[in-house]
Amino acid sequence: MDFELDDIQKMVRDTARKFAREEVAPHAAAMDKSGKFRPEITAQMAELGFLGAAMPEEYGGGGMDYRCYAIIVEELSAVCASTGVVVSAHSSLCCDPIYRFGTEEQKRRYLTPLASGQMLGCLGLTESQAGSDASNQKTTAVRDGKEWVLNGSKIFITNGGPAGVAVVIAATDKAAGVKGLSAFIVSADTPGYKVAKEEHKLGIRASSTAELVFEDCRIPAENLLGGLGEGFKIALATLDGGRIGIASQAVGIARGALEHATAYAKERIQFGQSISNFQAIQWKLADMATEIDAARLLTQRAAWMKDQGMKNYGKEAAMAKLFASDVAMKATREAIQVFGGYGYVEEYPVERFYRDAKITEIYEGTSEVQRMVIARAVLRD
Amino acid sequence: MKIMVPVRRVPNPDVKVRLKKDGTGIETEGVNFLVNPFDEYAIEESVRLTEKAGGDVFLVTIGGPENEETLRAGLALGAHRAYLVTVPAPLDSAGVAQLLAAVYAQEKPDLVMAGKQSVDTDNNQAAQMMAGLLGIPQACFAYKVAVEGKTATVQREIDGGLETKEVALPAVITADLRLNQPRYASLPAIMKAKKKEVKKVTPADLGVSPVSRTRVLGLSAPPPRKAGQRVASVDELVEKLINEAKAL
Amino acid sequence: MSILVIAELREGDVRHATYPAVAAGKKLAALLGTDVDVVALGKGAKAAAERLKDFGPKTAWWSEAAGVADYTAEGHAAALAALVKEKGYTAVLAAATTTGKDLVPRLAALLDAGMVSDVIGFAKGDAGTEYVRPMYAGNAEARVAVDTPVHALTVRETAFDAAAPGGMAGAVAELAGVGEAAGAKVVGYQFTKSGRPELTEAKVIVSGGRGLKDAAGVKLVEELADLLGGAVGASRAVVDEGLVPNDLQVGQTGKIVAPDLYFAFGISGAIQHVAGMKAAKVIVAINKDEEAPIFEVADYGLVADLFKTVPQLIEKVKEVKAKA
Repeated sequence: MDFELDDIQKMVRDTARKFAREEVAPHAAAMDKSGKFRPEITAQMAELGFLGAAMPEEYGGGGMDYRCYAIIVEELSAVCASTGVVVSAHSSLCCDPIYRFGTEEQKRRYLTPLASGQMLGCLGLTESQAGSDASNQKTTAVRDGKEWVLNGSKIFITNGGPAGVAVVIAATDKAAGVKGLSAFIVSADTPGYKVAKEEHKLGIRASSTAELVFEDCRIPAENLLGGLGEGFKIALATLDGGRIGIASQAVGIARGALEHATAYAKERIQFGQSISNFQAIQWKLADMATEIDAARLLTQRAAWMKDQGMKNYGKEAAMAKLFASDVAMKATREAIQVFGGYGYVEEYPVERFYRDAKITEIYEGTSEVQRMVIARAVLRD
Repeated sequence: MKIMVPVRRVPNPDVKVRLKKDGTGIETEGVNFLVNPFDEYAIEESVRLTEKAGGDVFLVTIGGPENEETLRAGLALGAHRAYLVTVPAPLDSAGVAQLLAAVYAQEKPDLVMAGKQSVDTDNNQAAQMMAGLLGIPQACFAYKVAVEGKTATVQREIDGGLETKEVALPAVITADLRLNQPRYASLPAIMKAKKKEVKKVTPADLGVSPVSRTRVLGLSAPPPRKAGQRVASVDELVEKLINEAKAL
Repeated sequence: MSILVIAELREGDVRHATYPAVAAGKKLAALLGTDVDVVALGKGAKAAAERLKDFGPKTAWWSEAAGVADYTAEGHAAALAALVKEKGYTAVLAAATTTGKDLVPRLAALLDAGMVSDVIGFAKGDAGTEYVRPMYAGNAEARVAVDTPVHALTVRETAFDAAAPGGMAGAVAELAGVGEAAGAKVVGYQFTKSGRPELTEAKVIVSGGRGLKDAAGVKLVEELADLLGGAVGASRAVVDEGLVPNDLQVGQTGKIVAPDLYFAFGISGAIQHVAGMKAAKVIVAINKDEEAPIFEVADYGLVADLFKTVPQLIEKVKEVKAKA
């Protein structure tokens, strides 16, 4: 078992880390405060190839493996969780399904501009009545001649605001239940497609979380993604990959919190010495470091399985996301504790990490849903 | 235009080195090695020159196989090919200069662009020595470089300001901090770097037997500073500076 | 065996850094039981030699020939190599200024001499002279031996007290046969003029970092520096922003300073900056970031907003000076 990163992965890590430190970190606090993501960062990431890392070169991507993708999301999230999820949601939730289930024509038309970073993508799955119960879809897609007509709305869509393309799940046959859901590729400039509302959130405030509304939104018939009735299968398969992204984000958040806590512990003098000499502080840092390592290994393992072409990595991806999000919660909580009062004020970054961590337990499948997935696999074996 | 860029692998300059207890060197376990920051400026400047005027940038590094990773990182910044000169043991700047001069003799580049100093050894010698060995001009600590035909006009950072020097090519130029802002290695560039040529040669292949002229006998930690104290106000600070430190 | 110290001239005058270099040369000569000479090349070299002959050398060489009138590494190294070979010097040294760093390695190559950069001390070892020099941004000190008959050195000017005049006056002699510098020509200079002392000579330095934010912050630094008759220094961030000239940068690859008193305002204390100033006798740091590494090296640390406290400090210093 080789735990080392190969040459390419190391170079990717180094370039992502450098970029995160020099181009993202200086703006992270301001973006969190204003709730606005800097388009310059998106443009720079596009140029560096971060928005299509694991997509094949023939479609404008970097032709790299998912381990590289996980590394990029972790490095970005270590300084700014919002930046991490911009990349993750775009890559795993939009690029990936088009790559895996799209026709050649769809890939050329939509995947290439997405993977080359010319536009951002999102996944329209969640609805007000369809969260963990994702199959409870009310959005409909009705065939009308050479078009599909979409009606309905999606909420809490990451990247919903800036996205140029959305992969949208809708009911094509209400009576067929889960088998009556299909996936569609929808261009944001389609008449009848509207970004209705931006959420103001506890954390990842610079990441767009939007409501998408479809009012007689007509899309070409060729924009059906995959087969009719395959929508739910596509959604679940997509979320498996997305969990690797969110697990990486969580690892990044936790690691960033640990780095800040460690630096602070060295500097802070109380009772006449550095608090890093105190066992209570040392044990916190030790626990954080251990759990972050474990979370990263689970994440890299799931990414590796995807790279190996293994079809069934759902359990491992769920384990990674479940564990990493929990670690992010613990690490950020302890990081604030190390900082004491300073950890609670805006001038120091750890309170942002604490707020950012929470979402990792919720989106792309709550921790409860992850447990469902894992238990199912355990009981099946 | 053919440009030669010597490149060196250094421990992450943002992390304080830990010395081995026996004084023979630094702890390398868990240490992340990178391209020497000054060498990145040299690579970037060279790549920009060839992007403008056409040409070929080749990197040269000296050492063991772990340097291949460093070369790939340099290639990912836009250089076209590289040499890895494998040597059994590290050489001092004089030894390095001898090897670089030998590579120069084989390749006959128009320009040698080096980083001003390695941030680990802090010697700031090899490039100048190479110029002396080859009898070619040098323009060190470059702030701006312009190449026109067979002349390079270099603004150099010197004590008190800048000096503008013209040197006839071929020449050696060393890059200082503000020469340029190196690009980030994009993912496509990283993928391309994997396929670029890294030629492995030995000193024998180059027809030289380099010899170090100096020896490091041992490393020790510098004398520690007395622990400092925190003051709570400007008044307290001034009082201490006057009465305790006798500095004001 | 004898030592040759290379004097540095700037616009006809002997640069201050020459004096610690002469002191280092004398010290090394005493250690080895030999003599020290000095050499000055360029405009004003004759007058420089006349001056330096009183500082301890046996001979003060000079040349104002066209080939060395303007300093170039090519011209000066060639002339010095000829002198060293002719007279058989066994060590040649200069202060580790930008000139010394540019010149001495080239000279070393011409002499096939081993070179030690930035020497801060030396002692007699079992196998010859052992030179001490900093490495890894000053986080290590190395003892180095040279294996060639001729040793080439640059010495850190803040590590040696300036030589004082005294002893028997040396002879003054002109260097003959100095040739042209091939392929290199200086076409101009841009010196930043300032009434303040040079960083490497100042007893007090007031230095600012990223926390200064803009020109207003720089003004605070300048005001305090002027009050205390000190020099202004900066971290790389401030220079990169274009707020101060490049040569005010204190650090591993910029100026190495060792004043009696060093103020660091809004400086985080990155390894590269600390390398340049940790030899200061007393270090005062003001930074609003409790975590800043500068506090690890400061003798007195004040966690506060520099925009509030530096004006207070300036007022307090004015008060103190008025009372004195």
